Amino acid sequence: MQTKKIKWTRILLEAAFLVVLFSLVQYSISTHMLSQYYQINLTSMCINIILAVSLSLINGFTGQLSLGHAGFMAVGAYTAVIMTTKLDYPFLAALVGALFAAGLAGFVIGVPTLRLKGDYLAIATLALGEIIRVVLQNIDYVNGPAGISGIPKLTTWAWLFGGVVLTLLVVVNLVNSSYGRAIISVREDEIAAELMGINTTKYKVLAFVIGAGFAGLAGALYGHYFYIIKPETFNFLKSFDILVMVVLGGLGSTTGAVIAAIFITILTAALQPFPEIRMIIYALILIVVMIYRPQGLMGNKEFSRQTLGRIWGGRQ
Amino acid sequence: MQELIQQLVNGLSLGAIYALIALGYTMVYGIIKLINFAHGDVMMVGAFVGFFSITLLGTNIAVAMLIAMAVCALLGVIIEKVAYRPLRNSTRIASLITAIGVSLLLEYLTIFLLGPNQKIFPDTAFTVKAYDIAGLSILNKDVFVFVSAVGLMLVLQYIIKYTKTGKAMRAVSLDNEAAILMGISVDKTISTTFAIGSALAAAAGVMVGVYYGAINPLMGIIPGLKAFVAAVLGGIGIIPGAMVGGFVIGLLETLVSGYGNSLYRDAVSFGVLILILLVKPTGLFGKDTGEKV
Repeated sequence: MQTKKIKWTRILLEAAFLVVLFSLVQYSISTHMLSQYYQINLTSMCINIILAVSLSLINGFTGQLSLGHAGFMAVGAYTAVIMTTKLDYPFLAALVGALFAAGLAGFVIGVPTLRLKGDYLAIATLALGEIIRVVLQNIDYVNGPAGISGIPKLTTWAWLFGGVVLTLLVVVNLVNSSYGRAIISVREDEIAAELMGINTTKYKVLAFVIGAGFAGLAGALYGHYFYIIKPETFNFLKSFDILVMVVLGGLGSTTGAVIAAIFITILTAALQPFPEIRMIIYALILIVVMIYRPQGLMGNKEFSRQTLGRIWGGRQ
Repeated sequence: MQELIQQLVNGLSLGAIYALIALGYTMVYGIIKLINFAHGDVMMVGAFVGFFSITLLGTNIAVAMLIAMAVCALLGVIIEKVAYRPLRNSTRIASLITAIGVSLLLEYLTIFLLGPNQKIFPDTAFTVKAYDIAGLSILNKDVFVFVSAVGLMLVLQYIIKYTKTGKAMRAVSLDNEAAILMGISVDKTISTTFAIGSALAAAAGVMVGVYYGAINPLMGIIPGLKAFVAAVLGGIGIIPGAMVGGFVIGLLETLVSGYGNSLYRDAVSFGVLILILLVKPTGLFGKDTGEKV
């Protein structure tokens, strides 16, 4: 924060980096250099990044432990799939619809429950996430427990990349704005923040709605890649999956969430033949990280070019 | 009317099971302010210990229950020592996440060791019979569950009200630091609380085995959550509250699956939780203490 001036060179540099990254992967997909297996994992990785970053806004930055993230993912997935398969909307409209529907669900759930604190909030969100799943199981329009299958595969690398960039842009800029500082102050000390004149409920709900919305986007991308969605996919174990990423990355670090999401996706892929071992490792990660490094991999620090500079011993 | 009474009778035994599990939640919360997410899974371990003591050792159901209680008491103490004690002074979110970790660990370790399939609880240990009393059909397994659960609750009441350990437990949960000054070993008291709570959960686990006839490694999750709802309903940290809450949830659930859509059974107890948290977060028996800076 040395100057207030917008650093155009920096923005251009970052944009150029994104374009290069995007085209490299796009090139290797279109020339079949990247096999189907890697493409599937790449897709999971992008979806996990969106999920982890959106949950880290709620759990990490706002300090409100939410265990119902999979529920919002389900709302987004179902909204988008209904829009494309039953109502014939274009994919972009479905994605926007998923974002808003999940955000709305976040608002409806967030306003009453965010009055609760700590462990009560955790349990309430867990229960609401489960209620979303049970309700979906009982709606015949979406085939109940069997779910919707035969979903067209509309999620491409371009949409995934766009989704990740959009999520990161919104979350990072939100956190670094005055809104973000209000949000972090709620995490640090809610009573003190309130005494400073911060409308804590407003900021908690804001973070919750944005986080929920992006979970919905991730759900929509998920549904349009894996052909089938069913309520069981979005149970609370899925929410715990996302929680593991956020906790491992560090509560209050966006880059931490991204790194952890990438790591967990690779770990999941590597342990595909042994799903029980994967869950045992998840469990041990949660316990060991909390006991020995409760702030997570990155703490609340961000990995940036400054960090790189320090590692290289260069200038700040 | 007849049918309603029948449903209520059925609900009583389920409620007794929830009440037993809820007691463990509430005791642990009362003493270290932690939602022990792994509690439902301790119940699952208890069910499996009971299962193996019947099938491998050939014990009867009462001995199986006692063995399960002993093993789980030990398990509870170990969990507290290894996972929760190092975090006693850190944030509540950290302990909650650890508890989720312990829960996942117990579930998937069991799946890893015993396979994910459900096991049929041996009916040799308990032959189900139906009695016809005043036009009501009463199963002996319901009577067994209800009587042994109420018996255990009476024992618990006695321990908490009249023994030295019970007094220490109440003292620590009332004021941790004052209890230390009075010469109470807080560590020991917390260990005892975990041991008693886990033993009750193990008993409930064996009862679930008898009640549903089958057990599996993930069986602890949903009853665990519902028992938690029961504990919150009664006012978390309050022992009679957990008992009442357990019976209320059990009866409500039987009524919903009896008269409505059984698929909504799970949603109803969670709905109750949301409602109680919004209307009276301290629960039916709780007192509002307010927040101090």
